[in-house]
Amino acid sequence: MSTSRPLLDVADLRVDFATPKGVVQAVRGVSFTLGREKLGVVGESGSGKSVTGRAILKLVRPPGRVTAKRLSFDGIDLQACDEPAMRAIRGRRISMVMQDPKFSLNPVMPVGTQIAEAYRLHGQGSAAEAKRRALEMLEAVRIRDPERVYRAYPHEVSGGMGQRIMIAMMLIPDPDLLIADEPTSALDVTVQLQVLAILDDLVTQRGMGLIFISHDLGLVASFCDRVLILYGGRVMEVCDAKRLGEATHPYTRGLLDCLPRIEAGHADLPVLRRDPAWLEQGI
Amino acid sequence: MRICRCCAATRRGWSRGYEAMIDVDSLSVTFGHGAAAVHAVRRISFHVADGESFGLVGESGSGKSTVLRALSGLNPHWSGRLAVAGKALERRRDTAFYKQVQMVFQDPYASLHPRHTVDRILAEPIAIHGLGDPDRRIAHALDEVGLGAQFRYRYPHQLSGGQRQRVAIARALILEPKILLLDEPTSALDVSVQAEVLNLLHRLKRERDLTYILVSHNLAVVAHMCGRLAVMNHGAIVEEMTAAQLRAREPSHPYTKQLLVASLGYDRAAIDQFEDFAATA
Repeated sequence: MSTSRPLLDVADLRVDFATPKGVVQAVRGVSFTLGREKLGVVGESGSGKSVTGRAILKLVRPPGRVTAKRLSFDGIDLQACDEPAMRAIRGRRISMVMQDPKFSLNPVMPVGTQIAEAYRLHGQGSAAEAKRRALEMLEAVRIRDPERVYRAYPHEVSGGMGQRIMIAMMLIPDPDLLIADEPTSALDVTVQLQVLAILDDLVTQRGMGLIFISHDLGLVASFCDRVLILYGGRVMEVCDAKRLGEATHPYTRGLLDCLPRIEAGHADLPVLRRDPAWLEQGI
Repeated sequence: MRICRCCAATRRGWSRGYEAMIDVDSLSVTFGHGAAAVHAVRRISFHVADGESFGLVGESGSGKSTVLRALSGLNPHWSGRLAVAGKALERRRDTAFYKQVQMVFQDPYASLHPRHTVDRILAEPIAIHGLGDPDRRIAHALDEVGLGAQFRYRYPHQLSGGQRQRVAIARALILEPKILLLDEPTSALDVSVQAEVLNLLHRLKRERDLTYILVSHNLAVVAHMCGRLAVMNHGAIVEEMTAAQLRAREPSHPYTKQLLVASLGYDRAAIDQFEDFAATA
């Protein structure tokens, strides 16, 4: 699946936050490359997975400080890009679905107008064309009554629907890379899988790259091609998603073992043990 | 004693000498009036024996949380018959009811008062119920949920999600109830923290002989915690089964089958077969 040049090349990415109590290292030297594939980023809260996603889009605000040996997207050095250059990339070429739709949608604008705006800002279609595309996109993310939802305000839709609206808005400019930060965690299992199928089709049919941030190991193992395991801002392990079950790192094993299983009995679940020494050994 | 017509399992439970702790008979909950009425729960019945863990599974909007809210007295718009320990419940509940039945909510970020310390959060139920010796009770409750004394004078924002959920469980347990109603108690938590909280709930149930109703959309969590469960869709129970039947993957209703397939993870071919199960009148 990988072409000669990766879509995204990240080397030694570091994100520091200077606080009154000292510097917090949210990301400590993360390196990976991404082709036209689905890469899962897994870790507990605080492991730096969301900050990694935001750093790629240069959305980390002061006092956060981002440094990297290399941060290149499709041959463009993102570190050298100024704000106008980044604005041309954000949304149109790299887009990001944030975790919480409540804080990502404009509360005083109907959702349909927001999706159509995303299309017109990045494409050049007419208003009628934008509306047609927005309705198509709402249907694609399995919203049953797109005409009604198109006119609805964000407070009038449920959390799950809000997440699907966000996904529709982020997909409408046809990005080359989608960073999805827990995009389906508020959805029911069946709807979640249906939305993932849409993302999957975009990756296989259009060659989009996908960074899928999640804490659901079972889902990532079955959905993604490769998985990056983060702990304390460091990469513990990169493995083939199909072989996640054979992972050897104690942290990955711990995350896998603490999941309840339908087949297992009522015995107590193994509790994850964390070892600060892992932070020195990360790759 | 009344013998239940709907669930053989409870009848078996009674023959072993258990008594029904919770009875729900043709419970309906409707919001709104006339044409705008939403039937959130449609004539459902189930029974939970003393010391049993019962699971309610379903997707969002299936009415599973509404059942808990009607049981706990948070929602007065219900009809049918509800009883706890053989005593029928009214719309308004007295303090004796709340001493017996407590609830733990889904979102530990929203269910604790942000400007109250843990100490004050735990002192409130003691004061309301006029129980003495708050100092000892609070220290004991914190100890029981695995939080040390150092957490006692902290504010919720100084705690992690898992620690907050432990405080919420301590607040429910401080009245020494017989029944805990658990509304998605771990769905806002990391999987690693979820394991710790589930183990804690297991241990407390063993030690105190509690009766649980656990609402969750996660089949694996329910299979892990509960002996029996009911699957809800559009406000109705489509199927009641034992955890053993769930483990053997022997559902009889197609909706449960679909939930089980979905719980296996991402499978492109299976997803195309998914149906939208419409409301059955």
